[in-house]
Amino acid sequence: MVSIRSISSTPSSLSINDMPWIVEHNESRCTLCGQCTSVCPMGAIKLKYMRKRMPKMVLNASERSNTFKIFVGIRQRTNVEHRCIGCGMCASVCPNQAIKPVFNPIIDRMRYQSTKGGNAVKRGGRRNVPGPNLLDRILFDRISMLTDPALDAGRHEFELNTLLGRVLPPEEFLRRKMSGEWIPPVREIFPFIIGSMSFGALSPNMWLGLLQGVAYCNEVLGIPVVMATGEGGCPPWVLKSKFLKYIILQIASGYFGWDEIIRAIPEMKCDPAAIEIKYGQGAKPGDGGLLMWFKVSKLIARLRGVPEGVDLPSPPVHQTLYSIEESVMKMIQTLSMAWNFKVPVYPKISGSTSAKAVLNNLVRNPYAAGLLIDGVDGGTGAAYNVSMDAMGHPIASNLRECYLDLCAQGRQNEIPLFAAGGVGKNGNVTQNGMALIMLGASGVHMGKYIMQAAAGCLGSENNRCNVCNIGICPKGITSQNPKLYRRLDPDKVAERVVETFKAIKTEMKKIMAPLGRSQSLPIGMSDALGIEDKAVAERLQIKYVC
Amino acid sequence: MCRLAMKTANEPFSPYEVLQAMEAMQEGYDGSGLGLLLRGVEFTDFNYKSSHPILSGIAHTRDAMHRLNKFMQSKGFVLKYDHEFDLDTSNIEAKDRFKYFVQVYKKPEAWDSMSKEEVEDQLTMIRLAIRRDGEENGGDLTVYSFWPDVIMIKEVGWPLQVGDALGLDSGRIKARICMAQGRQNTNYGINLYACHPFFIQGISTMTNGENTAFIPIKDWLTGRHYPAYIGYQSDSEVFTHILHYVTRQLKLPLEAYKHVITPLKTEELKEHPQGDFLLGLRNACRRLIIDGPNCIMGSLPDETCILTMDAKKLRPATIGGKPGEWAMASEMCGVDAMIPDRDRSLDFQPMREHTVVVPPERQEFKIWSQFDPFPLPQAA
Repeated sequence: MVSIRSISSTPSSLSINDMPWIVEHNESRCTLCGQCTSVCPMGAIKLKYMRKRMPKMVLNASERSNTFKIFVGIRQRTNVEHRCIGCGMCASVCPNQAIKPVFNPIIDRMRYQSTKGGNAVKRGGRRNVPGPNLLDRILFDRISMLTDPALDAGRHEFELNTLLGRVLPPEEFLRRKMSGEWIPPVREIFPFIIGSMSFGALSPNMWLGLLQGVAYCNEVLGIPVVMATGEGGCPPWVLKSKFLKYIILQIASGYFGWDEIIRAIPEMKCDPAAIEIKYGQGAKPGDGGLLMWFKVSKLIARLRGVPEGVDLPSPPVHQTLYSIEESVMKMIQTLSMAWNFKVPVYPKISGSTSAKAVLNNLVRNPYAAGLLIDGVDGGTGAAYNVSMDAMGHPIASNLRECYLDLCAQGRQNEIPLFAAGGVGKNGNVTQNGMALIMLGASGVHMGKYIMQAAAGCLGSENNRCNVCNIGICPKGITSQNPKLYRRLDPDKVAERVVETFKAIKTEMKKIMAPLGRSQSLPIGMSDALGIEDKAVAERLQIKYVC
Repeated sequence: MCRLAMKTANEPFSPYEVLQAMEAMQEGYDGSGLGLLLRGVEFTDFNYKSSHPILSGIAHTRDAMHRLNKFMQSKGFVLKYDHEFDLDTSNIEAKDRFKYFVQVYKKPEAWDSMSKEEVEDQLTMIRLAIRRDGEENGGDLTVYSFWPDVIMIKEVGWPLQVGDALGLDSGRIKARICMAQGRQNTNYGINLYACHPFFIQGISTMTNGENTAFIPIKDWLTGRHYPAYIGYQSDSEVFTHILHYVTRQLKLPLEAYKHVITPLKTEELKEHPQGDFLLGLRNACRRLIIDGPNCIMGSLPDETCILTMDAKKLRPATIGGKPGEWAMASEMCGVDAMIPDRDRSLDFQPMREHTVVVPPERQEFKIWSQFDPFPLPQAA
């Protein structure tokens, strides 16, 4: 018996039942190889010498009745820093299937103790709302059967591409064309875009794999996929390569990476696909980007022009400018001018009830090439929990409102709207994307889906893993530690990128063919949409079906 | 799928001939509507001057007819001729048809100083005002066209029955162009305004098949805020409005219509002599790309007739005939019925890139391909 007073019990003491994930370990199958403990990114499990009492029935009173056995076993740590994040790397390396993390369905007590040192909790990844999202629930219900026969998705030709760039009203296009005036640049691209994830947030191998995959899609398969960088620039060799045309360069409030970009302009072999000016991000509206010090490696520091190993929080707004209207106008013009008005420049904002105000501002700006609205279900490399969980606006109604607003003005052909934030978060990427397109988007950006599909990101809506912020990504996707990112083979990522886009293309046809659409992307074809929810149907102005 | 028949001839003919061609194609419609457009008209009872506008429509009640007459008087129009059909209403299902009006008016004298465009706009506004008046009074007044040299008739029922009911076989009305459509009702309700052909400012088209891109196109056209871009009881009305938009608003040549509704693919445009211009036009008019299958037939104020297809080319529309007389139909048997004594080896079925144009002199038809150079000097 041990005295009660010697048991350590502080306010922050936690038992394994208080943890969000509990490691189940089967001692009878364990070979004590130690692979699980060495792979665990959190150090949540450790091999430990343990002692157990072996009661023994003895008849001789001179002998002790118990013996003690020393054994080596796996023990889960129960402090916040070493919590199990459920990534399951232990299970994937165990030769005997002796260990796995199990989600703790009760509300964990750990969350109340996570603010050590007075620091509010941060994480990477996602919003953690499990279950079907609104986009998953939308049905395509206008099936062609009578005078407009459904098409053969396998054999018919389909026009699947969209336009990125300012489209002039036909009258104005003709006037300018006849008088030889400037016509805004327009890119014909695949409507599913790899959303902005920065070189810094992503590991070099991930980035390279994505770019290889994108180049293959374009150059071999003829699918004009483009990918967006986040804030933080682009490796100089990419800036000076012919692959730049598949890249949307992002400029955000920290301007990280832009020294390198501006210096590379004279040596660029081609123009980038577009320039994205980030004003907001759906996952953490009102926050600037955040690259935590864990990830500011030598390479990243050089690209961003900062010292190694320091936190890089970008300001919430573009500090050099007085107001968003002015900022939007000046930045769009400046960046257009940097590439001689030959590259589309568009802003990215977080979903917000004020999105329409930004949009209307853009409509009157002749250089604005589009608007990307990022909804609350978007992902991020690093943010405060409260920002991710509680701030933002869902994408569907935000996009729809903006589209209908453009329709009322007769401008819906002019400023393409792009939507992001939770596209494919439950795996239904094409269905989600096409629903947004029929609600009025010209295309969609997807980040988390690509990380999961192309690189095997372990994140889930049950707060699985979600440690992209601290550079310990067990798959090597969001880490700058060579020991980790070497786990990720860029060739294999590229292969998965290609497979993913091939599948999306097929699924797009399987959606468009029954609707009798093949000649153009069905942007705003809201008559094809229905949902089993009256309130949503009314809000989105689509059909209520039951 | 609806059936289309259209004939254009130097010698005016009875529209009943075209209705008989509809009969030959009767498997393809369900009696949910017949529409007729006559252009280059002649009346046996009246010496018609082709500059006088003709008002066509239906007054469903005596009161509506009275209101219409008063309205036209108040606007300064003088009624020159009011055609009385030899009616046999036993063949008409609907019972609320007080009068099918085809009225020839003399324009108000005040209009003499107006330019041609102003007069045309005014005629359109008068038609829209009458339409609105009918809608505000429980739909007791339906108006199809108010334009010089154009008569339109639309009624629910089988084409030949409607023709018999209106006595079109009597030959009292003849025309150089007759467009007819037998409707197969698809998504939208049976409505007189949903019958083809559709008409706007002298331009008329009719279509078969369904345009699945209807809603985005309608949304975009509505956003032009042009007063006559209304209606859309049928998805096919947008074809007429796009033709109007391209030729009258954008003032592009007729050939541009095909480049707007079914633009060539990017790789095809890269090879095209005016590819740069056409790519820009495609982008600017992106929301007007149709998604068929459709066959589109149309006629213009100068009596030019066109026939074109959607890009999927799933429809067998045919044109055939002889100098001075040409027939188009959605099925070949329709052409046979209209002009049986022709050289059939010269019949033509347009493919996805073609626009067939019969010029006003009707000596031959021209086949214009989208791959041909685009006739716009500035665009080169």
